[in-house]
Amino acid sequence: MLELSLHVLDVLQNSVEAGATRVKLEVNEDLAGDRLEITVEDNGRGMDPEMTARVFDPFVTTRKTRHIGLGIPLFAEAARGCNGDLKIESTPGVGTRLTAGFQHSHLDRMPLGDMPSVILMTLLSPRNVDIEYVHRIDRQEFAFDSAEAREVLGEVPFSQPEVRAWLESTLREGEAEIKK
Amino acid sequence: MSKLKSIEELKKLRENLQKGMQIRTQTGTRIIVGMGTCGIAAGAREVMSAILQELDQRKIEANVETTSCIGMCAREPLVDIEQAGLNRVTYGNIKPEFVPRLIEEHIVKGQVVPEWVVARMGSAGI
Ligand SMILES: Nc1ncnc2c1ncn2[C@@H]1O[C@H](COP(=O)(O)OP(=O)(O)OP(=O)(O)O)[C@@H](O)[C@H]1O
Ligand SMILES: [Mg+2]
Repeated sequence: MLELSLHVLDVLQNSVEAGATRVKLEVNEDLAGDRLEITVEDNGRGMDPEMTARVFDPFVTTRKTRHIGLGIPLFAEAARGCNGDLKIESTPGVGTRLTAGFQHSHLDRMPLGDMPSVILMTLLSPRNVDIEYVHRIDRQEFAFDSAEAREVLGEVPFSQPEVRAWLESTLREGEAEIKK
Repeated sequence: MSKLKSIEELKKLRENLQKGMQIRTQTGTRIIVGMGTCGIAAGAREVMSAILQELDQRKIEANVETTSCIGMCAREPLVDIEQAGLNRVTYGNIKPEFVPRLIEEHIVKGQVVPEWVVARMGSAGI
């Protein structure tokens, strides 16, 4: 993967697959401390301790379409290659929390990339998952919660072209603000 | 833009949509992009962006959704098109630059693009 946002898209898809209705996605960029941390927390079906330990192994998947699961092993490898690591805490029936840490300035660290697009694409899922997104760069913060938008919209779906355009521009403008 | 202003904008948008009776949850057309690890690594996000952009430009309404790996990893990026009353067609190895022609032929003209088809619901069995 060429961007961290693509790994994020991948784990967001895992959350959707796990039946999550709410996902909290946090990106913390601590420039002074030279750390970048990405956390994805969902309320999906969760995993037992044995499964949680085994997902780092590419030969482990609950997929029926293919016998290897690459999403988590690849993300973990990306973190480890940048003086970081990937941790997973999970409770069956409660949810899963995945944290990937990186040395911010590491030469091999992929750029964060296009976060708005991956959030938007996940929100278009017909399974109606909501995403709370917080991106911090030192003291700057952008926070967005799709549940607030959903409440305002009532029966109007996120897939409505005008709504989709609103979601995209809100996310892009928020990101641009903190990068100034 | 402030959060408040943005939410106000959304409220107006919703009112306008309701006034114009433009809410059509069922457009009859679904476009489904494979977004498992295999799809993402092969460029599925860029394909989905291209689809959304093309639909916007041509003012075509369709629901664009993601799905996980369906087991044809070598054919990713995979794009399925389903239209009311018609067969679901799976296209494989789709690149963003193929998207304008795919939408033009399949959705606008109603003609399948044979060279990109990898499966049809009911025949090749997904
Ligand atoms: N958020 C989650 N909640 C519950 N189970 C999860 C979650 N994330 C991963 N899993 C479990 O871990 C397995 C491995 O995940 P991983 O992303 O590595 O591979 P995959 O999703 O099976 O396939 P791929 O990502 O390669 O398309 C999944 O099949 C699923 O059973
Ligand atoms: Mg996965």
